[in-house]
Amino acid sequence: MLGGGARAAKPSFVSYISPEEIHIKEPIEKEVNPRLLPGELLLCEASTVYKYMQEDGSNRGTYGKLVCTNFKISFLDDDSASDDNEPEFKNKIVGENDITLQCVDQIYGVYDEKKKLLTGQLRKYPERLIIYCKDLRVFNFCLRYTKEEEVKRIVSGIVHHSQTPKLLKRLFLFSYASAAPNNTDGRNQTVMFDTLEDWRDELERTKGNVKYKTVITNEGYRVSEKLPLYFVVPICISEESILKYEGRGIPIWCWSCHNGAALLKMSAFPKEQDDSTSQMQKAFLDGRVLKKAIEVAECLERQHTNVLLIEETATDLCCVISSLVQVMMDSYSRTKSGFQSLIQKEWVIGGHSFLDRCNHLHKSEKEEAPVFLLLLNCVWQLVQQYPPAFEFTETYLTVLSDSLYVPVFSTFFFNSQHQRDTSTSGESLKTQSGPFRFLTVWDWSVQFDPKAQAFLNNPFYAEKPKPDKSQRKTARFKHQRQLSLPLTQAKPSTKRGFFREETDHLIKNILGRRIGKFINSSDEPPNNLREFYDSWHSKPVDYHGLLLPRIDGPEIKVWAQRYLRWIPEAQLHGGGTIAITAKILDLMEEVQSLQVKIEEEHSQAVSGDVHSVTTPRNSARLSSLFPFALLQRQSVKPALPTSTWKDLEDEDDLVRRDDEFLDLSGDMS
Amino acid sequence: MASSSTPKYNSNSLESSGKRTLKDGTNWEQNEEIPRLPGETRVTDKDVIYMCPFNGPVKGRVYITNYRLYLRSVENDPVVVLNVPLGVISRIEKMGGASSRGENSYGLDITCKDMRNLRFALKQEGHSRRDIFEVLTKYAFPQSHNLLFFAFLNEEKFSENGWMVYNPMSEYRRQGLPNERWRVTFINEHYGLCDTYPALLVVPYNATDEDLKKVAAFRSRNRIPVLSWIHPETQAVIMRCSQPLVGMSGKRNKDDERYLDIIREANGQISKLTIYDARPNVNAVANKATGGGYEGEDAYPNAELFFLDIHNIHVMRESLKKLKDIVYPNVEESHWLSSLESTHWLEHIKLVLTGAIQVADKVSSGRSSVLVHCSDGWDRTAQLTSLAMLMLDSYYRTIEGFEVLVQKEWISFGHKFASRIGHGDKNHADADRSPIFLQFIDCVWQMSKQFPTAFEFNEQFLITILDHLYSCRFGTFLYNSESVREKEKVTEKTLSLWSLINSEKSKYTNPFYSKELNRALYPVASMRHLELWVSYYIRWNPRIRQQPNPVEQRYMELLALRDDYIRRLEELQITNNSKIPNSSASSTSPSQMMSQVQTHF
Repeated sequence: MLGGGARAAKPSFVSYISPEEIHIKEPIEKEVNPRLLPGELLLCEASTVYKYMQEDGSNRGTYGKLVCTNFKISFLDDDSASDDNEPEFKNKIVGENDITLQCVDQIYGVYDEKKKLLTGQLRKYPERLIIYCKDLRVFNFCLRYTKEEEVKRIVSGIVHHSQTPKLLKRLFLFSYASAAPNNTDGRNQTVMFDTLEDWRDELERTKGNVKYKTVITNEGYRVSEKLPLYFVVPICISEESILKYEGRGIPIWCWSCHNGAALLKMSAFPKEQDDSTSQMQKAFLDGRVLKKAIEVAECLERQHTNVLLIEETATDLCCVISSLVQVMMDSYSRTKSGFQSLIQKEWVIGGHSFLDRCNHLHKSEKEEAPVFLLLLNCVWQLVQQYPPAFEFTETYLTVLSDSLYVPVFSTFFFNSQHQRDTSTSGESLKTQSGPFRFLTVWDWSVQFDPKAQAFLNNPFYAEKPKPDKSQRKTARFKHQRQLSLPLTQAKPSTKRGFFREETDHLIKNILGRRIGKFINSSDEPPNNLREFYDSWHSKPVDYHGLLLPRIDGPEIKVWAQRYLRWIPEAQLHGGGTIAITAKILDLMEEVQSLQVKIEEEHSQAVSGDVHSVTTPRNSARLSSLFPFALLQRQSVKPALPTSTWKDLEDEDDLVRRDDEFLDLSGDMS
Repeated sequence: MASSSTPKYNSNSLESSGKRTLKDGTNWEQNEEIPRLPGETRVTDKDVIYMCPFNGPVKGRVYITNYRLYLRSVENDPVVVLNVPLGVISRIEKMGGASSRGENSYGLDITCKDMRNLRFALKQEGHSRRDIFEVLTKYAFPQSHNLLFFAFLNEEKFSENGWMVYNPMSEYRRQGLPNERWRVTFINEHYGLCDTYPALLVVPYNATDEDLKKVAAFRSRNRIPVLSWIHPETQAVIMRCSQPLVGMSGKRNKDDERYLDIIREANGQISKLTIYDARPNVNAVANKATGGGYEGEDAYPNAELFFLDIHNIHVMRESLKKLKDIVYPNVEESHWLSSLESTHWLEHIKLVLTGAIQVADKVSSGRSSVLVHCSDGWDRTAQLTSLAMLMLDSYYRTIEGFEVLVQKEWISFGHKFASRIGHGDKNHADADRSPIFLQFIDCVWQMSKQFPTAFEFNEQFLITILDHLYSCRFGTFLYNSESVREKEKVTEKTLSLWSLINSEKSKYTNPFYSKELNRALYPVASMRHLELWVSYYIRWNPRIRQQPNPVEQRYMELLALRDDYIRRLEELQITNNSKIPNSSASSTSPSQMMSQVQTHF
């Protein structure tokens, strides 16, 4: 459906000659054309660009053409090798040497060995161009052999299109949506939460409908442009009050726990200003955020109390915490469609400002904060700790994080449902024949063929036994929870009123606007929380029940797949968890083929060889960075870390000693 | 273990880790109140309060034998159990005096070598503390009291004899030695040439025993360069030795110089011989002051010298001490990563691994023979040669191969286990103590973590080795050298740790192991790939729990299922082949069995 234009660039050919040697051989002038998506326009190009393989100063690399379109920056290899090395896992939209304009983080020019940040107008053109990407790739291009005219055009083109402020309607999203034949299938299992029915179903699924109701007050965005068209509030709240306060101060329902306790969020008027977003970029938050999520889970699960999360707009940390709580407490959120529905509910429809937080339009760096990545990071910790509990893999989370920068999908390119709706109608773009029909990122077939999509599914997932086949028609409700309402109902409403947390400074401080304090606070959690945490951890894990992350320092790991995948020296050939996964997949195949044979034997069919003939994957050949590493880049040389030994501070006397003191000079005679 | 009188262990309590040791003695009387090994005798028992750092005070009774300290709680449910071989005790201190106030402030504080401390509160009346202190001191430090190690009293029986695992001659034969360039020499048969080397040595064919004697005079403690490993294809070798006795005046020794040249030529190599000095450059220079030093350029023009910057035993000891501070009893909460960094433990691991990778790569792709030494050639040198061998030779990645590697590079070549561990010795502050072998095992663990299918053994194997490095239940790690071990008749009078392990191999086997021959395995030694070995260093903390690996469980289930299917299939084929037309009454229907396997593709 994307036509032939979606093919990615082929893996690079490795040249072992340095650029200095190259003039011996004329670079092959071959016409290599970029593969363009529907609506994609070639803006500028430059030939004889030399792309270094890595920034290690080895000078190894390849010659090719560097192009910039309204969608991406792309390097096209002059010497595109044959198709033999087609990787098993590749993205159909963004190839190995493609950088979408939104994925560009910073661009540096190198002038006489000095690096300078390139932002706007350029007076001098660099001899080397270094592009840092938001998915942590680094591209290093040498422009010394490129015609001056072309250098000027390509450098200013790239800087202009990727680094300067943009209008929303200039996003590639719109050109693509109007040019691409739209035949996305509606078979996607993800609940989009853009209809009243979706909210009703969610209420019903979580048995929240006893105390909460859907409201249509915001139809036509009468109440607020920040709020979704439809949402859920406590039954006692009237439409008038919602209208009166423009949605502020109104508790909005996120999710109901099996015992009836609910998770709610509320936007409050700002009390004070602080630069919380910049704080967030710096801090290593995983552990802290997970801890707060545990606190919330404890309130819901054990104390049967409603929890209200308060934040200025209720669209940043509110989204992180409420999503995490649901991933921990609701096993449906740990399935692929459940997780995707959760992202729709809390983030996309919930009104997280993706456009601003990702700074897609380069409007303001102040607003940029990787809030969504923080969630993915935290979910990754859980996936690492409890592999059988998730239907998806870490690869799924990694490609989801990459999709943040692919403006082919509307999912991450609007600040609110309102903004999306008004843009879709095409009103603001008179020339176009709206309404637009955008793609959703949840249609993974756009980016990956079925074989590659298999890497998104977790082979160790302990699927929930399906209770009754007759009920399977309503697939969405298969994760219904047991309701134990009497407990909550019998409990008299707490002295503090309906929302206990209204007076709870702790949560307010944490989830209010004062994120800075939250990060730096080292407040020991109350004892009952520690007890809740310890007692949960002392029991065997139920992969379909409540899941609490382990949050002690040594348990929080670095998401190596996302952060280290482009570093060739970090590869382990035949190592990493993929080595084990490959073994299990082999065994699963073998078991399956045995099943088939047993079935055949039962039906008295031809009797074959007893032992399975499935050819095992050679796990030794896979890299630990699989599926992101490219095998042809394998080098035999082991990588040595650059050793920068730090001083052993006050231990100088020890350092200088010998193992055992013995004067050897006397032995000699 | 299932007997009714045995306490039910709380699988979640930290004390359950004692179970591991307990299980080792499974063949002992099950209805005994406390576990005892054959040869283990009861010494005393007392009511105490165990000051558990995680669960608070635990009332219990402590039983002391000539092998272990065993505590069982009297009130707790589930029962709390401590099972500590006395060998792990490094220091026993009295806490609180006669005037001590405060609850539970009077008693004993025991520092262990395995990353934990034990604290017992005792009654002030009577002489209960003095008695227990004296008994513990006596049996925990038998060397200081003219007593035998428990290993000499142990009467356990095993189906395998671990002393048979390592035979130097057959190991050299496995490597294809001797050959026309390398010979086996018996010059050290009675440890006359070098008392810390093994009796059997492999040296260049072209060097005579007379030459060796001359070379010995120029090497620290006579530890001459000898062969550790030969590459089956390149014929490049890994040699090990101690530092040359260059001294301040820069002495030279023609025999040593010629000997190194013979080594270089032995694999027909024209390039230089590579010498890796494990020490930091400055330390090597400083060693000249005490008569040591390194191979200078002038004296050894055909050699290339590199320093690997690995620090000495004292630095390593302090580093581990700091690590213990941040993980026991409580894990440093607020600044975990920076605390961990400040211990430098992983930084040291990185340097050891980096050094070993360089050695391995030089021999393998550089096709050059290497000579490895530090000062005496029994600490850092052993780490480097054994790790390089583990990277190059897949045999050492099997259970038996690894046992051979430890036996060869560490035990037979005189790593001073007695001094480094301080077996049975009360002098806890001895400067000779250092966790060099632990550091090596940590490096092995890092490799096995990075290559989870490349090793036949599992983590339990490594932890068991470390547990018995201290326990003194086996003779394996006792004493400093082969010559002393021979004098003490260790192989006749004690049991080998490998007997225990090889008799129960399945317990120590990695289910994911894929046998691969001759594949060099280079770990990534950068900091981002090194991890703290949590399940060893923080294993006493109940919050950092090692849950059964769900992926491994899944794999085991699948393996069982596969075997079951293969059996059924064979049965079916037999039935079908015997042509009984009506087989409708056969056991299970396939669809019933199918429901057990879930696949997601």
